[in-house]
Amino acid sequence: MENKEYQPVIGLEIHIELATASKMFCGCDAYHFNVEPNTHCCPVCLGLPGALPVPNKKAIEWTIRLGLALNCRILEESKFDRKNYFYPDLPKGYQISQYDQPFCVQGKVILKEGREIRIRRVHLEEDTGKLLHTEIGGKKCTLVDFNRSGIPLLEVVTEPDFQNSQEVDEFLKDLQRTVRYLGISDADMEKGSLRIEPNISIKTKSVKGKAQNDEELPLYKVEVKNINSFRFARKAIEYEIERQIEILQGGETPIQETRGWNETENKTVSQREKEEAHDYRYFPEPDIPPMNFTPEKIAEIKKQIPELPEKKEKRFIKEFKLSPYQVDLLIETKELADYYEEALKINGKIDGRKYSSPSEIANWLINRKVDIKTVSPEKLIKDLIASKEVTSVSEAEMSRIVDETLSENAQAAADYKKGKTAVLGFLIGQAVKKIGPQADRQEITRELIEKLK
Amino acid sequence: MNLNELSLTEVLEGIEKKRFSPQEIFADCQKRIKEVDEKTKAFITVIAETRNAIPFAIKDNFCTENIRTTASSNILRDYIPPYNATVYQRLIDAQFGLLGKTNMDSFAHGSSTETSDFFVTHNPWNLERLPGGSSGGSAAAVMADETIFAIGSETAGSIRQPSAWCGVVGLKPSYGRVSRYGVIAMGSSLDCPGPITKTVADAEIIYKTIAGKDPLDATTVDRSLVETSSFEPKKIRIGLAKEYLEVAEKPVRQKILEAAEVFRRLGCSVVEVSLFDPRYAISVYTILQRSEVSSNLARYDGIRYGSDRTYFNKENKRRIMLGTYTLSAGYYDAYYLKAQKIRTVICQDFEKAFEKLDVIIGPVSPSPAKRIGASTADPMFGEKEDVLVEPSTIAGLPAISLPAGFVDGLPVGLQIIGNRWQEDLILNLGKLFETETQYYKIKPKL
Repeated sequence: MENKEYQPVIGLEIHIELATASKMFCGCDAYHFNVEPNTHCCPVCLGLPGALPVPNKKAIEWTIRLGLALNCRILEESKFDRKNYFYPDLPKGYQISQYDQPFCVQGKVILKEGREIRIRRVHLEEDTGKLLHTEIGGKKCTLVDFNRSGIPLLEVVTEPDFQNSQEVDEFLKDLQRTVRYLGISDADMEKGSLRIEPNISIKTKSVKGKAQNDEELPLYKVEVKNINSFRFARKAIEYEIERQIEILQGGETPIQETRGWNETENKTVSQREKEEAHDYRYFPEPDIPPMNFTPEKIAEIKKQIPELPEKKEKRFIKEFKLSPYQVDLLIETKELADYYEEALKINGKIDGRKYSSPSEIANWLINRKVDIKTVSPEKLIKDLIASKEVTSVSEAEMSRIVDETLSENAQAAADYKKGKTAVLGFLIGQAVKKIGPQADRQEITRELIEKLK
Repeated sequence: MNLNELSLTEVLEGIEKKRFSPQEIFADCQKRIKEVDEKTKAFITVIAETRNAIPFAIKDNFCTENIRTTASSNILRDYIPPYNATVYQRLIDAQFGLLGKTNMDSFAHGSSTETSDFFVTHNPWNLERLPGGSSGGSAAAVMADETIFAIGSETAGSIRQPSAWCGVVGLKPSYGRVSRYGVIAMGSSLDCPGPITKTVADAEIIYKTIAGKDPLDATTVDRSLVETSSFEPKKIRIGLAKEYLEVAEKPVRQKILEAAEVFRRLGCSVVEVSLFDPRYAISVYTILQRSEVSSNLARYDGIRYGSDRTYFNKENKRRIMLGTYTLSAGYYDAYYLKAQKIRTVICQDFEKAFEKLDVIIGPVSPSPAKRIGASTADPMFGEKEDVLVEPSTIAGLPAISLPAGFVDGLPVGLQIIGNRWQEDLILNLGKLFETETQYYKIKPKL
């Protein structure tokens, strides 16, 4: 969908719920998926009068971990701020977030094709409660569940550097994988622990006859909410690009607004128009002192970062001579990649004929869909070796068995000679039956072809 | 003598020597409340049961589990918290027993108790006079011997000013010394709980009970309560705040000059010191505090607590509106940010002064207790009354208010301001002054 006149400009806001044991500012259990409403709450996350927030150190470290993984700069001095707004799921009337001194700024990610996506910031805030619109005794009402209130919520904001939905898709999948490698969240879109809000606009080469500067951004943008899968993200972006180009082609400018993805109708629908940016009256959170991060502290956090997928990918290709396809599947999760390397280690101790190549092990792991939770790497190698052990048969014996197979299946042999090579498989099978399941198929095939010439 | 008239120090000694039991003291205080509280109106809630514990009263903005906590606001008139404020918890852990919850300006918005949504508290020295505020109920209860001691909270002056007007001792510790957890917030970057007592020695006992790092309040510090190894009056350098004296009414000024003489007599060196004009602090304090108030009160949005926003009183609304304005886009830099910058200047001014001085003394309030009704005519009443306590609160410094004599039958308060974390020094000086002057022995007839 390349269009020289119309260039999509896409930026992302991504929210990730951190998987810390306790909430962001209190000791409550942070697990809230399918939990009885309002059971994981205390004065702090209920915003009761007098309660005070005490920041979760782990959540802060994890935020910096992701910031470092996204090549961000970590600010030496950081602080929390209050973002003031009213909503029934926000018990204090303000959300503790970060405004002008987020933990991480100015990162970047390089996509496969080499394009760079700049990361504006990675900051930490608290999640809100959840509203449940329901009916009680025939009366419509709204209930609030505060189990989610105060869950650490990390926000990644990119610059508007994406040009199409494929780039967004690649970025998001890489980000999800990185987050999982870091062990900071399950980043599951269905559970809402990963939420995406793309903002989309279209840059035209000329505005009212005036050539537009390359750096200049369009004068509007459309934010899309309510996206709960990667597929919908792709579809919503593509839909918006088309919709906006159509408006521009009609000589008009799309309005700045927030739209929601409607998955049943496969389209975005207007939710609210944004006249002015909301005034959140940010100010420094007086209940939490500012925080300092020394280079030593940052180095310490850096040490907790495991080898990330991008690096692992390169190493696997180089060190194990695997294909990009194999590597892509092997590094899908850190657990699988670690398992593979564990299997290689065991394999390395095996000498001579029984030794398998890294590629063989990779294929075995991928093709057999081995369940790494139940099959140990030792067992995997054992199985692989067993599969290669062949019942050895002397040359004379092999020749006799193949002759016998051909005479018993004369019709198939004749068909083969007429060009129906597909029967070869059948003939191999017949020969294997005579020798046993561990028969050397390669040897049989060679012998059969020789005799069928 | 009734046991309720004893100081905490006397009470502890009497119990130690088995002259009486805590329960007897508790009962005497309850009896006294029955007799005089209809005059002082210091209490909002009185506990019915008589406990075998040394009794105390606490301002009604400290959360007390299963006991109504109103902050003197109609918004919270029926609010029963499910948890305890750290200060309250530490006191009951130390075997003190709650007598009741005291009246205050609603949400601590004031310096008179006149903004309380329930009633005005009266000054025990003269029932036509205000007790000061916002911890007016606590100060009046202590002076009227309705309790052995009380707890107040100060944002700017709310402990010191009512203590001065009622003639008791009030300690405002350094910001970060005493936990704010469970104290219904007013200006979060300034709020500070502290004791209101009959003597400085009593204040020290309670201060040591409630102070110290609290894992539930991220702004509390983990450091020793003792900063000075020895106390020698002859080595103490006292600064007499020139501009503070100038702001005070003449008879008040006279009492403070007399107090300075007392310190000289005791061997301290007293020199006049010129500080940053305290009147600038009014603007800084007003902007910072209102901004924080507007955010802190946002939770009373009508969804919970049973009362909607129409239950806010005039003073509450004024503060919410002003604070919302000063934080708004386009005004933030001109007000909030500028106020923060001047806050830094005020801190530096004190730092400079403390290079050459150990403490600074001055009047707590420009005048003795004003008449009931005085606050209603002026929306900036509190800020002007508190002009002499605002600079030190903005800088997070500890300060103590203690009786320094009388003007026309009304007590005058002397304040001793210390450098950050030097509560022990100002307490030692206060004890020295109190032993010498013994004003605490003079009590009003009720």
